[in-house]
Amino acid sequence: MTNENDILLLKGNEAIAHAAIRCGCDGYFGYPITPQSEVLETLAELKPWETTGMVVVQAESEVASINMLYGGGGTGKKVMTSSSSPGVALMQEGIAYMAGAEVPGLIVNVQRGGPGLGTIQPSQSDYNQATRGGGNGDYNIIVLAPNSVQEMADFVDLSFELAFKYRIPAMILSDGVIGQMMEKVVLPPYKPRRTEEEIGRDCPWASNGIGLKKRGSQCITSLELDPAIMEKRNLHLQEKYRQIQENEVRYQTSQTEDAEYLIVAFGSAARISQKAIEIARARGEKVGLFRPITLWPFPQKEIREYAERVKGILVVEINAGQMVYDVKYCVEGKIPVRQFGRLGGIVPDPDEILNALDELKKQS
Amino acid sequence: MKHEIIISGFGGQGVLSMGKILAYAGLMEGKEVSWMPAYGPEQRGGTANVTVIVSDDPISSPILSSYDTAIVLNQPSLDKFQAKVKPEGDLIFDCFNIIERPTRTDITSYEMTAMETAAEQNMMKCFNMFVLGGLLKLHPIVSVENVMKALRKTLPERHHNLLPMNEQAILKGMEIIRAI
Repeated sequence: MTNENDILLLKGNEAIAHAAIRCGCDGYFGYPITPQSEVLETLAELKPWETTGMVVVQAESEVASINMLYGGGGTGKKVMTSSSSPGVALMQEGIAYMAGAEVPGLIVNVQRGGPGLGTIQPSQSDYNQATRGGGNGDYNIIVLAPNSVQEMADFVDLSFELAFKYRIPAMILSDGVIGQMMEKVVLPPYKPRRTEEEIGRDCPWASNGIGLKKRGSQCITSLELDPAIMEKRNLHLQEKYRQIQENEVRYQTSQTEDAEYLIVAFGSAARISQKAIEIARARGEKVGLFRPITLWPFPQKEIREYAERVKGILVVEINAGQMVYDVKYCVEGKIPVRQFGRLGGIVPDPDEILNALDELKKQS
Repeated sequence: MKHEIIISGFGGQGVLSMGKILAYAGLMEGKEVSWMPAYGPEQRGGTANVTVIVSDDPISSPILSSYDTAIVLNQPSLDKFQAKVKPEGDLIFDCFNIIERPTRTDITSYEMTAMETAAEQNMMKCFNMFVLGGLLKLHPIVSVENVMKALRKTLPERHHNLLPMNEQAILKGMEIIRAI
């Protein structure tokens, strides 16, 4: 039975903060930026250091935040940061280090329009950066795309679970719509923070001085100057990524059983597309929604199957066309694929999506 | 039941908090709700608006092309959102800031004298609650009782002495709305 006090009306950003405390997060390091500042603000208001002992630091910059994450994650602590697009751009070096050194951690990106400082309005234009690593080298991170305030709350714990299971950074790729909107949310139950002993048991790799058997075993670094060893390490990473692709794909479909056309969209764009589908269905048009929840690993097999079943696919994303390349890769030219998006912080409305759908129909 | 509302006006008129209280009251009644603000430069002065949806069923998009009801509290808001009211929908405006009145004939327009009444009764702080009263008279989406509960939850405790004044404003708002 859910406690009445656990059901709240919260902004997506506020939900992230509440969920972090409740899932036993050890530390948050961040720097304010619109449209995600409520994460840090809410944490400051809730003062978790007085209750669970979770540390909250307003760092001097995003670069500092991500390096605090590198250090905290290296000791096996559940640590996180959050920012918005220009801030996450600054963090890319640190994320690549974490990927190379196999340090788990959570990065929340509440996206705004770019490039550069861009705008403070919502956007999904960091898709490529998030799903292709973003920093240097051959690496991936797990990317989860919430489409509601509830998922903002739920994905915090899920991200930590995956990050520690695979020793990999995980990202919640949200945007200004989901971060700023308020919805009903049922908060997860409290889970205690892990003790040092538990970390020693669960994370034998952690550099925390516990479970230390022989000197050197807890050396955490992304640097290796011997190419032969470095290639092995890269192959190990690639094998890990293959396992993640095999086991961790998540997606959701709606009204696809009889669909002649498919909309593929994630996050807030999926919500708006769902409304467009409601209107289209009322007119008797058979349209369904495929929503990737993990953007990396991308649901390739599933999209490939739909390419055999539907007449055309419309990719709706609030950018100039990024996920559409992943979809086209899966479709292999078998059916028409169109992309629709708005730029510069403008969020498409359901009518515009319906117009794009009509264009797709003319094409197929 | 599903009601899709846009509330729009000047920053400082209490547009966002009025929407929040409506959404919170909906939550109290076990309904699905969403509250989507324009959080950009609008919030820093100029016009502010918020989309509120209260529904028996899960809500798809928090962003809409058209609305069942538009509440417009200044001229730019009326100009922008009049066209986005669904046919046979409602437009509520406060007379004070409006020079050019609504022109559409396929919707029903309602006028309120909320600003004037609030000023007369020295209750300017509750201006938005007069307007909310008008909306609830037209569409009893949530009960006044639950609005009061929502206010109790959202207002900091140091302002709880203002609760009776807010209730009075809601009830008065119900009296001062009329179709044109």
